Amino acid sequence: MNERDYDVVVVGSGAGGGTVAQALAPMVADGLRVALFEKGPRLRDDEFTGREIEMASALYEDGGGFLTADGTLTLALGSAYGGSTVVYTGTSLTAPERVIRGWGVPGLDHADVVARSRRYADENNVHLLPDDEINDNNRLFVEGCRGAGYAAEQFPINVKGCLGSSLCNLGCPNAAKQGTNRVQLPRAEALGVEVVTRAEVLRVEERALVVRVHDEPQGAKGLPSEWAPGDYRVRARIVVLAAGAVGTPALLLRSALPGLPARVGEGFTCHPAHILVAEHAREITNDVGHPKSYYLDRAEDEGFILETCMYFPFTTAKNLVGFGEAHSRFMNAFRRLQMILVLACDHATPGNRVAIDRDGRAVVHYRFTPDVVRSLVRATRASARIFFAAGAVRVHAPSADPPCLEVSDAARIDERVSERHFLPGRTSVSAAHPMGGCGMGRDAGDSVTDAWGRVHGLPWLRIADASLFPDSLEINPYLSIMALADRVAEAVRAEATR
Amino acid sequence: MTPPPSAPTGTFGPMERDLRALAVGIVPEIARLDDAGWRAVATVVEEALASRPAPLRRKLLLFVRVLGWISVARYAARPASLDAVRLGRLLASVERSRLLLLRRGFWGLRTLVFMGYWTRPESAAAIGYRARPEGWEARR
Ligand SMILES: Cc1cc2nc3c(=O)[nH]c(=O)nc-3n(C[C@H](O)[C@H](O)[C@H](O)COP(=O)(O)OP(=O)(O)OC[C@H]3O[C@@H](n4cnc5c(N)ncnc54)[C@H](O)[C@@H]3O)c2cc1C
Repeated sequence: MNERDYDVVVVGSGAGGGTVAQALAPMVADGLRVALFEKGPRLRDDEFTGREIEMASALYEDGGGFLTADGTLTLALGSAYGGSTVVYTGTSLTAPERVIRGWGVPGLDHADVVARSRRYADENNVHLLPDDEINDNNRLFVEGCRGAGYAAEQFPINVKGCLGSSLCNLGCPNAAKQGTNRVQLPRAEALGVEVVTRAEVLRVEERALVVRVHDEPQGAKGLPSEWAPGDYRVRARIVVLAAGAVGTPALLLRSALPGLPARVGEGFTCHPAHILVAEHAREITNDVGHPKSYYLDRAEDEGFILETCMYFPFTTAKNLVGFGEAHSRFMNAFRRLQMILVLACDHATPGNRVAIDRDGRAVVHYRFTPDVVRSLVRATRASARIFFAAGAVRVHAPSADPPCLEVSDAARIDERVSERHFLPGRTSVSAAHPMGGCGMGRDAGDSVTDAWGRVHGLPWLRIADASLFPDSLEINPYLSIMALADRVAEAVRAEATR
Repeated sequence: MTPPPSAPTGTFGPMERDLRALAVGIVPEIARLDDAGWRAVATVVEEALASRPAPLRRKLLLFVRVLGWISVARYAARPASLDAVRLGRLLASVERSRLLLLRRGFWGLRTLVFMGYWTRPESAAAIGYRARPEGWEARR
């Protein structure tokens, strides 16, 4: 096996890993050796074509079809140079005060999370889109909210030179979205951090990683790895894991390090979501323009968030319930479709956790709790009201049977949309905000790390990604992940210079 | 020699005729595809299956076989010989089955058929999906 030595190694290049890499980079000039290993590929700019199937297989774990153990929930996990920030939509919100307070992590202060989030928001060019760049799909949401008695809020987003391709979730074809692949990682590399792609970390050993560098599969997108294919043992004084809320717990579990806290993998949450569509009588602009400009935050009162969205034909087809003529009818109305993404604020629940199979691969066990089903149903009812108030003539509602509401149903939405029609395995549910699995807390009895991402009992091992959340964030998470990763990097810096 | 229409090929072998019938039940527009069009859909399905873990592949193939058995038990005919009404009933029964295993199986099959059909540029064009990297510039 090849051997390499570093001072600090980072695993994963998404919101967490990219942040740590950049924050440590200035120390490379002082002689600190830092390397980051990312199992996904590094794509050339001209490889971002926006074509659904080829981009999904290049940028997502399992081509976007990663399923939970019982097959009732699809998790969207980005896997590339930049992690999920390559495919995220770039909506940039800061953590609610009540959530951070509710986590009760000793030493974690809401004001600190907000201050750090703001710094990254500035760095990522977060701003509100001007009115003339908002498409009909988004405008109708605002109008519908108003008509239904809600107040929509505008999402700050992190784009620079956005042309409005609407293809954010397939990787921006115009390099406009300011993910870690565009901001933090290039800066880290410019200052001397080594980023190695197609480098899968097989396991963690005491102050070391075992890394397998893969060949470029034939015909696949992306550059070859920076290192020669083969297995490497990489030693380091400090190991920072940022492989995401599925990847990090799985990596720790298959490493079976002596002294690892027992709670690794527990506390997994993900904001389970439905994609809802509604048909208008006239064509609207939907597949052009930034897809996600507005949201409605009902997390505190009703346990859900609504967001505007616009997906591609296959993703849309897959997320509608049903088949045959009724299903095709919605698909054929594509140019007249308005879309809303409804997200449930799930909570850490015993049994919902990340584990590994016999081959060490990640397995996510996830059951929809009655609270989650209730939130999804409430969110669907609210969305139906918003759609009809915006002028829709027909609404696709996954928790209705048949899953289609006509205008004549508008007065009996509560009756038509009901928890009794939510049938796992039939009703499509997906999630793009995996969180938890290595939660922060007081000690190994209640958590995996402290408030600075230090693993209890293993001081050389740090965690710096979404797995740190002790419970759901109840809002889009990437800025908060960057804020927490920034704290982890600060602690690593302090120690590395000691 | 030109193969007869929907000759058994690829991953699904002799089950391909049933798969094609089931696919038409899921996306009625597939009935309008000629053999080459259908093969393009089936190839996407096969490639997606080939890239998934072997147990998942086996489960999906088994599910298509099970659907065939249910069809024979219920209608004394394979899916490829069912009319649209009976095919729809067969699919609805597994979609709403009390057994999660069957519902999941149908969800997997449905997803693959959608992937095969709706990722074709022709299908996207037919419904007027027009997203382009150039965004607003391509529209104004
Ligand atoms: C489609 C989509 C849209 C989203 N939109 C938004 C949004 O608008 N706003 C928002 O706030 N959030 C959004 N999110 C969520 C956000 O992107 C994630 O919460 C965030 O990127 C998670 O950061 P992370 O560092 O925990 O993991 P990730 O960003 O997922 O990065 C983890 C990286 O680790 C790598 N990895 C895993 N295992 C290994 C291993 N063993 N060896 C080497 N590398 C490994 C993975 O390949 C991956 O690249 C979205 C997510 C998706 C998928």
